[in-house]
Amino acid sequence: MASTYTPIATTTLGSAAASYTFSSIPSTYTDLVVIVSATTVSDAQDMSIQFNGDTGTNYSNTSLVGNGSTATSTRTTGQTKIYVINDTSNTSPSPVRINIMNYSNATTYKTVIARGDDATHRTQATVGLWRNTATAAITSVTILGTTNLNTGATLTLYGILAA
Amino acid sequence: MSPIPGIVASQITGHLVTNSFESIQTVTVGAGGQSSISFTSIPSTYKHLQVRWLGRQSGANTGYAVNLRINGTSSANYTYHRIRGNGSAASASAATSQTGIEVGATSAANSTAGMFGAGIIDILDYTDTNKYKTIRSLQGTDQNSSTDSNIFFHSGFLTSSTSAVSQIDLIPDGTSFVQFSSFALYGVK
Repeated sequence: MASTYTPIATTTLGSAAASYTFSSIPSTYTDLVVIVSATTVSDAQDMSIQFNGDTGTNYSNTSLVGNGSTATSTRTTGQTKIYVINDTSNTSPSPVRINIMNYSNATTYKTVIARGDDATHRTQATVGLWRNTATAAITSVTILGTTNLNTGATLTLYGILAA
Repeated sequence: MSPIPGIVASQITGHLVTNSFESIQTVTVGAGGQSSISFTSIPSTYKHLQVRWLGRQSGANTGYAVNLRINGTSSANYTYHRIRGNGSAASASAATSQTGIEVGATSAANSTAGMFGAGIIDILDYTDTNKYKTIRSLQGTDQNSSTDSNIFFHSGFLTSSTSAVSQIDLIPDGTSFVQFSSFALYGVK
């Protein structure tokens, strides 16, 4: 059997940044996995994802959240990004794991399954949808914070290839 | 891969490979649809299994559940718990004496074209004959609306056997999985 789950690219932010983009992603894998460990400059911010530089209102997500006292569920529709965690911390790095399923197929919208947790504020699971009208393959992935991702944030992109 | 200007970044490209995750088998549904997905003759050479899938079902609805069976067992010997978020509320439930472990729900024929659900299922310690086989699943379908958009956690097990897992079946509650649905089985060492 062929080994897979291959690191494609990784970065550690040398200075705070509003976003980071993995570009020129090869189409040779089946799924992508993005793993982020980051604090944000301000507390209680959002972290989100966009594809192929699309800033149109083509994204939506449904989330399940536990905040330490209650479990809730939230939804967004017609957004400019998929929110993968809605309550980051400026002290405890949020471990975020984003699975981008079947990213290079040109026939379906793209579905994302993510865990966006934060030890200070919440645990969160999200399913997100990118209604890319061209049903294009994903060639770039941008991770955004509503305030800057802090210096030292790590972001790694993996590819998983099915048989 | 190229770093974005303005960010000091170290990038790794090339041939770093994690050797503990291997692709075993993939089923991609063709134009005629498929009434179930079966992974058979699963080798016993791994520690855990993972199924990563993207699916949509036929049937006149906007959502149907998906169930998992182990080793071809279709009797009412499965139990599971789940947590569900439907965009407005979180809920929890459990079921016993089921004919499969629910592992999520997908879009269906009345959903907007192109919308598929996705899931990741882990089958832990699948060759250990001293314990029942427990699975866990994270699955969701978002339809850019309140209609059958859900995110799920599931855990479940087959209560009647501790045999090693050599077969996994995924059964749609709708008529079938439609074209472009895909299911990939991986082994974790």
